[in-house]
Amino acid sequence: MTDLAKGPDSGRPMVEALSVHKRFGALHVLRGINLTVQRGEVACMIGPSGSGKTTLLRCMNHLEQVSGGRLYVDGDLMGYREKGDKLHELHPKVAAKQRRDIGMVFQHFNLFPHMTALQNVIEAPTRVKRMHKAQAVEEARKLLDRVGMADKERFYPAQLSGGQQQRVAIARALAMKPKLMLFDEPTSALDPELVGEVLDAMKQLALDGMTMVVVTHEMGFAREVGDQLVFMDGGVVVEAGHPREVLADPKHDRTKAFLSKVL
Amino acid sequence: MTGGMREEAIDAIPLRRTGRWIAAVVILGLLALFVYGAATNSNYEWGIYRKYLFDQRISKGALVTIELTVLAMAIGIGLGVLLAVMRLTGNPVLQGVAWLYLWIFRGTPIFVQLVFWGLFTSLYKHLDIGIPWGPTFATFNIARVNALFFFAVIGLGLNEAAYMAEIVRAGILSVGEGQTEAASALGMSWGLTMRRIVLPQAMRVIIPPTGNEVISMEKTTSLVVAVPLSTDIYNQQNQIAGVIFQPIPLLLVGATWYLAITSVLMFGQYFLEKRFSRGASRKMTARQMDQMLGARSHEEMGA
Repeated sequence: MTDLAKGPDSGRPMVEALSVHKRFGALHVLRGINLTVQRGEVACMIGPSGSGKTTLLRCMNHLEQVSGGRLYVDGDLMGYREKGDKLHELHPKVAAKQRRDIGMVFQHFNLFPHMTALQNVIEAPTRVKRMHKAQAVEEARKLLDRVGMADKERFYPAQLSGGQQQRVAIARALAMKPKLMLFDEPTSALDPELVGEVLDAMKQLALDGMTMVVVTHEMGFAREVGDQLVFMDGGVVVEAGHPREVLADPKHDRTKAFLSKVL
Repeated sequence: MTGGMREEAIDAIPLRRTGRWIAAVVILGLLALFVYGAATNSNYEWGIYRKYLFDQRISKGALVTIELTVLAMAIGIGLGVLLAVMRLTGNPVLQGVAWLYLWIFRGTPIFVQLVFWGLFTSLYKHLDIGIPWGPTFATFNIARVNALFFFAVIGLGLNEAAYMAEIVRAGILSVGEGQTEAASALGMSWGLTMRRIVLPQAMRVIIPPTGNEVISMEKTTSLVVAVPLSTDIYNQQNQIAGVIFQPIPLLLVGATWYLAITSVLMFGQYFLEKRFSRGASRKMTARQMDQMLGARSHEEMGA
């Protein structure tokens, strides 16, 4: 953690999950998740597919509604408003406001194909925050430069490689000046030789003190950049701790079994 | 491998396509025969055709046809988008109403609907704006409005909306879920997401069938005689033909005007399609090429 991240609020965690449950009809995907991510921390979530990592991540910016427990991001309860001992569903406008400060990067990039790289980045600042276009463009150019995409601002997503698209997607999320960045398997859809450039951009972001939650299969990244490694299976957190410790000396059998397959 | 190979462009002798040439000659020959036959057949009455081609009654009729087409399509597209969005909201009442609308307006012939609109004033004499069973603020006397043109536009437009709704819905469904998720994650509202992200992408799918609908509408306007409105191209030429007993040349006059309008519409569609295909192709534009080459030569100079 850098000093940058230690603000006056450093006592309050950025993400706090208290016994979080998520059901899709009869399917019980999250079965009581307890998790804390501190400010400036990089938390990497690993686990077999179907373990609920992506669902938990999507709950963190309310793309999915939590069905039990409490999930706080920066002290705000996600998806609901607490009034006395009752919870009220949030109005979509309030939920949209909560999401503005939480950036998300998707496995399949999800860039807007009818807009150039630059237009993708300035879309939310100009339309949601109503920032002046000139200022948004100036900031977007800095962000594109930061992810090494300055010379491609006029290109449409279809004209970019997967790695380039994902870097533009990172710049697009950063343009809203998020306090938390969520990454949903950001390198899983990439050709092996393109993974490095995206991980480098993420590493740089971590060094700048951004709080990040990353669902990934990149153990090297988790070991090098992560402050916390969370192993999930069957909808629960099986084991969490410092990445080097968890990777070198897993306590649970399920963690051992999983790591022996992927390492 | 490339040792003996030369780097020049290949200059091969083109393949002779004899069959193609024969087919082209036969078809052109038949076409020439037909044109010659039509030109020399006195029953076509080409003199009358030329006399009435630019007759003011016909060109005024063309204006009415264009007005009907534009206004009816405006209603059709606007209401069609509304119905499509209604069907895609989670609200069962809105979905049900949209479905009922489609069921009725697609399920009955346009001609029948137009006759019905012509009889509308027999059902309702005036339109009151106010609170039901309470005070009335304003009253419109429908029977006194220049109603025929108005009802023709309403009849064509409401029918068209049912078809446009399905075209728009197909377009919206063609945009992947990832797009709305990405927009939500950026804090964009549902309306903003629709307007800025979903509909512009849906346009690529919506425009070609909509072009079809516009052209189809232009010709369907000839049915407004059911209202009965008789100021459009078809009914104007029909009236002239009735007076001078020359249906064939006047039908050809009408057909020429329809064809001319359709040609202009097809031209417009080409440009719209081009506008909304941005980002669909991997081909680089000249400006993009410049940007990339500029960056490259910069690197080389720096190196």
